[in-house]
Amino acid sequence: MKRNKTTARAVMFAILVVYIVFLAFPLVWLVSTSFKPAVEIFTRQATIFPRRLTLENYRDALGEEQILRSVGNSFKVSTLSALATLGIAMPGAYVLARRQTSVNKLVAGWILTSQIFPTILIIVPLFLLLGRASLVNTHLGLIGVYVVWSLPFVLWMLQGYVRGVPVELEEAAAVDGANNLQIVSHIVAPLVLPGLVATGLYAFINAWNEFFFGLVLLKDPDLMTIQVHLARFRGIEGLARWGPLAAGSIIATIPSLIVFAFLQRGLVSGLLSGSVKQ
Amino acid sequence: MPSLVPIMLLSVLPLARGIYLGFTDYTLGAEGPHFNFMGNHLYMLSDYQFWESFRIGAAWTLAVTTGEIVLGLGLALLLNAGLPLQGLARVLILVPWAMPPVIKGLVWRLVYHPDAGLLNRALTSLGLTRQPINWLSDFAWALPAVIIVGIWTGLPLTTVVLLGGLQTIPVELKEAAALDGASLWQQFRYVTLPLLIPVLVAISSLQFMWNFNSFGLVYVLTEGGPAGRTRLPMLFAYEEAFRYGNFGYAAALGNVMVMVVGIALLYYVRSQYLSTKG
Repeated sequence: MKRNKTTARAVMFAILVVYIVFLAFPLVWLVSTSFKPAVEIFTRQATIFPRRLTLENYRDALGEEQILRSVGNSFKVSTLSALATLGIAMPGAYVLARRQTSVNKLVAGWILTSQIFPTILIIVPLFLLLGRASLVNTHLGLIGVYVVWSLPFVLWMLQGYVRGVPVELEEAAAVDGANNLQIVSHIVAPLVLPGLVATGLYAFINAWNEFFFGLVLLKDPDLMTIQVHLARFRGIEGLARWGPLAAGSIIATIPSLIVFAFLQRGLVSGLLSGSVKQ
Repeated sequence: MPSLVPIMLLSVLPLARGIYLGFTDYTLGAEGPHFNFMGNHLYMLSDYQFWESFRIGAAWTLAVTTGEIVLGLGLALLLNAGLPLQGLARVLILVPWAMPPVIKGLVWRLVYHPDAGLLNRALTSLGLTRQPINWLSDFAWALPAVIIVGIWTGLPLTTVVLLGGLQTIPVELKEAAALDGASLWQQFRYVTLPLLIPVLVAISSLQFMWNFNSFGLVYVLTEGGPAGRTRLPMLFAYEEAFRYGNFGYAAALGNVMVMVVGIALLYYVRSQYLSTKG
């Protein structure tokens, strides 16, 4: 009986290892490729650990003006859109969290149902609108689209954090003669700061990883974000330059890995509280 | 309330406009949209490409969502079984989740590459294939190949959510069942699974919506090819809008996508609800 149990656990562990290899191996392979010299990438006897470690792929990737510029573009667009989204969502989140009205349920329902709409229904009207305002092929236009896109979930996350601030604190401040604006900026904002940071990081990485809107809106290679730029490396040219491409891909993944490691718990609980509320 | 106005303006209006455009004949360069009621939808009925892309979209969505749920449930059970290195395993399985969609596509292009790809090398060295298979350009293999990547992408989030669900089930319940002589399988079938149903329904519904509306991953992998074999509805709508300038038709495709997903989900959630009641 005891032995049966040990065998069963060994089998289970073996299956778990298969899962982990399937899920994590592609990234390991990408990292390994990014440190290999060109000749080693295409040899028949490929190894996980490069026989000769080299940084030349990273030097090539970073030496390329286009890649550096696209990383800069991504950074600019993601940061500004995250800040704008927070600024627009914060007052709304406060109202939602503090007033138990039917509006609240309406907004919660809206955020869930908005998941059903394909992005084509958002981008077509926005593309036409931005075209009329001559904002197609500009960073400002892309930032606007990212704000629209991130807003529902950001609003939802933020109102959850505001709910965590005891309403008594605000009442005390009101008794002391603080007006609404002062209450939000002096009492609520400092207390929800960790929530603001987490939500801001979410909005940042949402924009950093985004591809479709960037592909549609940006035509000028100098304006492209890192995702759009890397996706253009395809076919023969892409294959010939796998080393630098792998290095560029690692550079594009690092911000996302860091933020996800940091936010993982919050994102899951936020999603669960939104979706399986009884 | 006024603080909710910008949110309404930014998130509801564009969508309403997008839905309206689906009932117009708007194309690139036209002066303005003309309402043509069901014109786009009538055209769709005789559009071979429409039927083909929605058929492929349905196959992709069902296969990926089912794969995510079945494999995710297995993995969540393994991660909840107290095996060695559990903490490390729970982090490692998150890797694909944190990677930007474009990079996921690029990594798997490397894996599937006909000459330099890992998969062909592994198969030839095991003696399973003689000719290298060009997975992403092969008429028979392209769709299964992208489905595998789709499952790989969604597995971490599905697993984490299901693991969260498993952890809320009190251990005492299973112990009581074990005392009554229930086997491991019976404990799972009659204790764990029924209690997990709400979480299962929630995550599979979300994944179903996300998968049906998915774009970036398959665009980077195949651009919808070969000959439209992996052209999901979103890729088709993207081409109609931004390659051919048929904005009205693309928005109409978006509307039909909403209807297809909406009806499927309604039916699914209702049947789950009825089965748990009865």
